[in-house]
Amino acid sequence: MAVQHKKPAPAATVRNNYFHSSPPIDQVGVEERASRFTKRSIKKESKKNGLLLVLNMIDLTTLEGKDTDGKVKQLCYKAMHPHDAYTTLTGEELPTVAAICVYPSMVKVAKKALGDSGIKVASVATAFPSGQAPADIKIRDTKYAVNEGADEVDMVISRGKFHAGEYNFVFDEIAAIKEACGDARLKVILETGELGTLDKVRRASDIAMEAGADFIKTSTGKIQPAATMPVTLVMLEAIRDFYYKTGKMIGMKPAGGISKSKLALHYLVMVKEVLGEDWLNNEWFRFGASSLANDVLMQLVKGKTGLYQAANYFSAD
Amino acid sequence: MEKLIKKSSLAISENGLEKKSGGKRVEVLKTYKIYIGGQFPRTESGRYYIPENAAGKKLANVCLSSRKDVRDAVVAARGAVSGWSGRAAFNRSQILYRIAEMLEGRKAQFIEELMAQDTSKAKAEKEVTLAIDRLIYYAGWCDKFQQLFSAVNPVASSHFNFSVPEPTGVVSIIAPQTDSLIGLVSVIAPVIAGGNTCVVLASETKPLCAVTFAEVLNSSDVPGGVVNILTGKPAELASWMVDHMDVNATIYCENNAAVQQMIREKSASNLKRVFFYDQTNWMNPDSQSPYFIMDTQEIKTTWHPVENIAGAGGGY
Repeated sequence: MAVQHKKPAPAATVRNNYFHSSPPIDQVGVEERASRFTKRSIKKESKKNGLLLVLNMIDLTTLEGKDTDGKVKQLCYKAMHPHDAYTTLTGEELPTVAAICVYPSMVKVAKKALGDSGIKVASVATAFPSGQAPADIKIRDTKYAVNEGADEVDMVISRGKFHAGEYNFVFDEIAAIKEACGDARLKVILETGELGTLDKVRRASDIAMEAGADFIKTSTGKIQPAATMPVTLVMLEAIRDFYYKTGKMIGMKPAGGISKSKLALHYLVMVKEVLGEDWLNNEWFRFGASSLANDVLMQLVKGKTGLYQAANYFSAD
Repeated sequence: MEKLIKKSSLAISENGLEKKSGGKRVEVLKTYKIYIGGQFPRTESGRYYIPENAAGKKLANVCLSSRKDVRDAVVAARGAVSGWSGRAAFNRSQILYRIAEMLEGRKAQFIEELMAQDTSKAKAEKEVTLAIDRLIYYAGWCDKFQQLFSAVNPVASSHFNFSVPEPTGVVSIIAPQTDSLIGLVSVIAPVIAGGNTCVVLASETKPLCAVTFAEVLNSSDVPGGVVNILTGKPAELASWMVDHMDVNATIYCENNAAVQQMIREKSASNLKRVFFYDQTNWMNPDSQSPYFIMDTQEIKTTWHPVENIAGAGGGY
């Protein structure tokens, strides 16, 4: 993939020239390549270690209108104690998940429930999931989440403006939210299910990274299709090219639709083969998911006992 | 090249047209596939075996299912539990009746398959009609056994106390090895009549009718996943069907002491219900009973608080 600029140009120039020259994406090639990652054989010890890594990369998520303090507290307990019976069974400690992902109004509850467990609190913001709100409201939404104690902010881009070709608007908005985040890490949700083509996914990725995203994220989970392997591959390649160009690492978070361990392992293979081992930790790679954790736990217990497991022996949250 | 094509019984000439040379037509053989979640996949393992009849005639290439097919089938069966058990009992009755209707329409095929598997013509005809009648029998029971086996219980406190049967969930069935159609129908029908879903391992040596029965089910309004039928070897798969934590009950129909002991031991992992129907002659018209339905039911007792009318005195 051609590097567009030898050295980073001043922001204004970047805005004007860069995004129209995002490299075109070979859709057939990307789909072929993505399907290759599902052919790796991962068994026994490496499977177990992969599953433990997946568990440790999960942003355990609840983003429902019906969320209550009690629901969030339960989810936080699940985050800290994924399946205590595993320790009884094996004598080994399970890792915790990476973060809890909630709406801004639940940040304080989550922060308190998680205490000093080291688990991060991520908050969606900017009029999630549609993003259809004025700029000042989005900034206040973000600042509210950060003031409540959010360690990470998951923002949505303005897909309408993006489709209308107003890339500068999208860029400026991300940059403004990044500023409002302060020390909190910013994840930029592209909502790839609404972007339509892989070319647009690549362009949106480039805009987000140039504008200061710490992570780029596929989806809100509210739109189908959510995360798919081809889309994630395009975003990983964008991250790789950005890294070669600027030396700056950007994180990746596929979200929505990843509910099976096997699929999660395919994603890990993809990250390793596109970006390398430096990205294989929860500092740089996350899964946004709610039901993946239990499937991983069921697989881990199956690996230990040899018995296929049933969902009703694992806490829902 | 011309010679080679002539030799083949396809009798297709090089220009693609059929030759009217009186060449014998090659019969189109059915691929006997397994039935999981309303689909007919081949086994995940890609393996097959060739059962033969007594005369040594090869019956078909039949899927040799693996433990992962069992796993997939249990996932499908579990997914179908809430929908199937949530249907009105009368609707389940209609659907079982529908299976019987479809079976009636395909009698000839079943008779042919049974005869290929060493059953005499007279017995095959009897077996198929008996299978149809047995489905009708259990169709009738779908919305009647609950009333018979429910009870209002006398209790000393101010409660309305009642017990009703509810389906146990997913049932794994290792079907009878002989009587490959009537045995299969006789064990599946009461299980699904009661609102359960099931994973069935067909007769190893006589699997043809089981796969054709799956096709009947598939065209009978039975939702996908309610009945899943695998073909393969009980010696390989029985243990996986019994120690799966998401299976609630197991039915085994052979009189093999070692397998029965294995089932008893492995079922302890999640306290499955275990039933051995090893003394039942399925060809007997009387081998049907609502008690077969009750085997895979759980009794739920509810204590509903009420005012104690009798104790309320004259003022009430």
